[in-house]
Amino acid sequence: MTAVAQHKTILDVEKVRKDFPILSRKVNGKPLVYFDNAASSQKPQSVIDATNKYYSFENANIHRGVHTLSQEATSAYEVVREKVRAFINADKSHEIIFTKGTTDSINLVASSFGKNNIGESDEVLISAMEHHSNIVPWQMICEEKKAKLKVIPINDDGELLMDEFHKLLSKKTKIVAVTHISNSLGTINPVNEIIAAAHEKGIPVLIDGAQAIHHTTVDVKELDCDFYVFSAHKMYGPTGVGVLYGKEELLNAIPPYQGGGDMIKTVTFEKTTYNELPHKFEAGTPNIAGGIAFGVAIDYINLLGIENIAAYENELTNYALTQLNTVPGIQFIGKAKERASVISFLLDNIHPYDAGVILDKMGIAVRTGHHCTQPLMDRFRIPGTVRASFSFYNTKEEVDLLVNGLHKVIEMFK
Amino acid sequence: MAASIKELEETIVEEFSYYDDWMGKYEFIIELGKSLPLINEKYKTDKNLIRGCQSRVWLYAQIEGGKIIFTADSDAIITKGIIGLLIRVLSHQTPDDIINTDLSFIDQIGLKEHLSPTRSNGLVSMVKQMKLYALALKTKML
Ligand SMILES: Cc1ncc(COP(=O)(O)O)c(C=O)c1O
Repeated sequence: MTAVAQHKTILDVEKVRKDFPILSRKVNGKPLVYFDNAASSQKPQSVIDATNKYYSFENANIHRGVHTLSQEATSAYEVVREKVRAFINADKSHEIIFTKGTTDSINLVASSFGKNNIGESDEVLISAMEHHSNIVPWQMICEEKKAKLKVIPINDDGELLMDEFHKLLSKKTKIVAVTHISNSLGTINPVNEIIAAAHEKGIPVLIDGAQAIHHTTVDVKELDCDFYVFSAHKMYGPTGVGVLYGKEELLNAIPPYQGGGDMIKTVTFEKTTYNELPHKFEAGTPNIAGGIAFGVAIDYINLLGIENIAAYENELTNYALTQLNTVPGIQFIGKAKERASVISFLLDNIHPYDAGVILDKMGIAVRTGHHCTQPLMDRFRIPGTVRASFSFYNTKEEVDLLVNGLHKVIEMFK
Repeated sequence: MAASIKELEETIVEEFSYYDDWMGKYEFIIELGKSLPLINEKYKTDKNLIRGCQSRVWLYAQIEGGKIIFTADSDAIITKGIIGLLIRVLSHQTPDDIINTDLSFIDQIGLKEHLSPTRSNGLVSMVKQMKLYALALKTKML
């Protein structure tokens, strides 16, 4: 039996939905249809319980006490590091740095890597479809160092122009930072090709995995990326927790980001020596409860199987694309051949905000606006889009509700 | 004498009382949004633009005989409809009356969510801006 065939039968959506208490609530008197998963996913009961259990029975600071509670909390937290390592197939668990989230991880790299590696008239290469989180930190370091931010353009379908990418790689390029999957268009970028081409010129690559980590198998060893970043809250875990994966060599070579407790070896008023990886980058008391609950979220994903999740979400996305296509006047923004479960669209000249307000009244949660990708919206000359993003707990019936809702929207604004 | 802010608010609350479900209410707002000529195109400049994250709003104010006349517009119809209501109430009023109003009618007709800062549709900034205009014009008049 092939892995895929076996998996297809495993994901029982009705059963899975019962794991997410929020899915049974009502919004504006209607059953909630949650299609804003790209912004943040919902949490299963096990993750919620883990947070409660931690504060009820396990709470203590970590890495600093000999007492039992501190020891227990420390091991519980460190076990999660190992879980993350295994989840993305990193070599060593100290290559996993816990952060506040994707944004925090990118700021860390931009600042610490940029400090000694980016200089005047050097270049940082990003793409036209980046989230503000993968634009602004680079802009800030470029400004500071008088370096230039270069942008890989895209075509009208929302795919990277790879020829242009190859041309933009130069001796001046100090780092390439691109998103694995676009949060506005759903495009899956050819990150393997990007990483290989950059490495050929000795340029390190950061991949923003915020939209990919929970939708597809991520193997950092196979990718060979230098940095990979993501947030726990988009993978059924808590907010305020994220990951920076970095190759050991690089993490050792770049300076610490923030100073404080935990990241030091010795402190005198004259000189501080820094702790080793991963603690060097983890100043201060972290989000311990969040970290532990994040581990439970990874267990949950592993239980379902990321391949099962991907297969289910792909099927649902294809169904949604077909059904949405029947809505008069719909215009998809982002038509990449390789795409994930994020669908952005416009309805004739109905403003996304108007559509979002009416859908909300029907209990349907979609995202409207520029999705923190203003330059991308400018590229398409639109104020924003309506975005529906699916998770494995969404159903075809919910997609039908969205389609009906859109018909109603059109009728109201006609 | 022209109607006071309070009277205008009461009229609107009464108009909305005919709709008992959200759909009718929104259809009414959409109609308002579609039908109102709100601003002279030449005032739809960047200077008069209030950039919400979700929708954009243009606001222009002038003074006539001690009263402020507001005109405004938005690229989203629902926002525009609510602007229509706000202007109906606040335009042609004195700076003092504008500064002192709390616009509770928006809450009473069940549209409070649109004036929530988290909506980022530009309406909260617009109301703030209307009051600032009133304040500025008042000082000018003194
Ligand atoms: C592609 C991408 N990058 C970065 C981020 C920022 O993630 P966070 O807000 O969790 O730091 C997001 C979240 O919306 C995203 O979709």
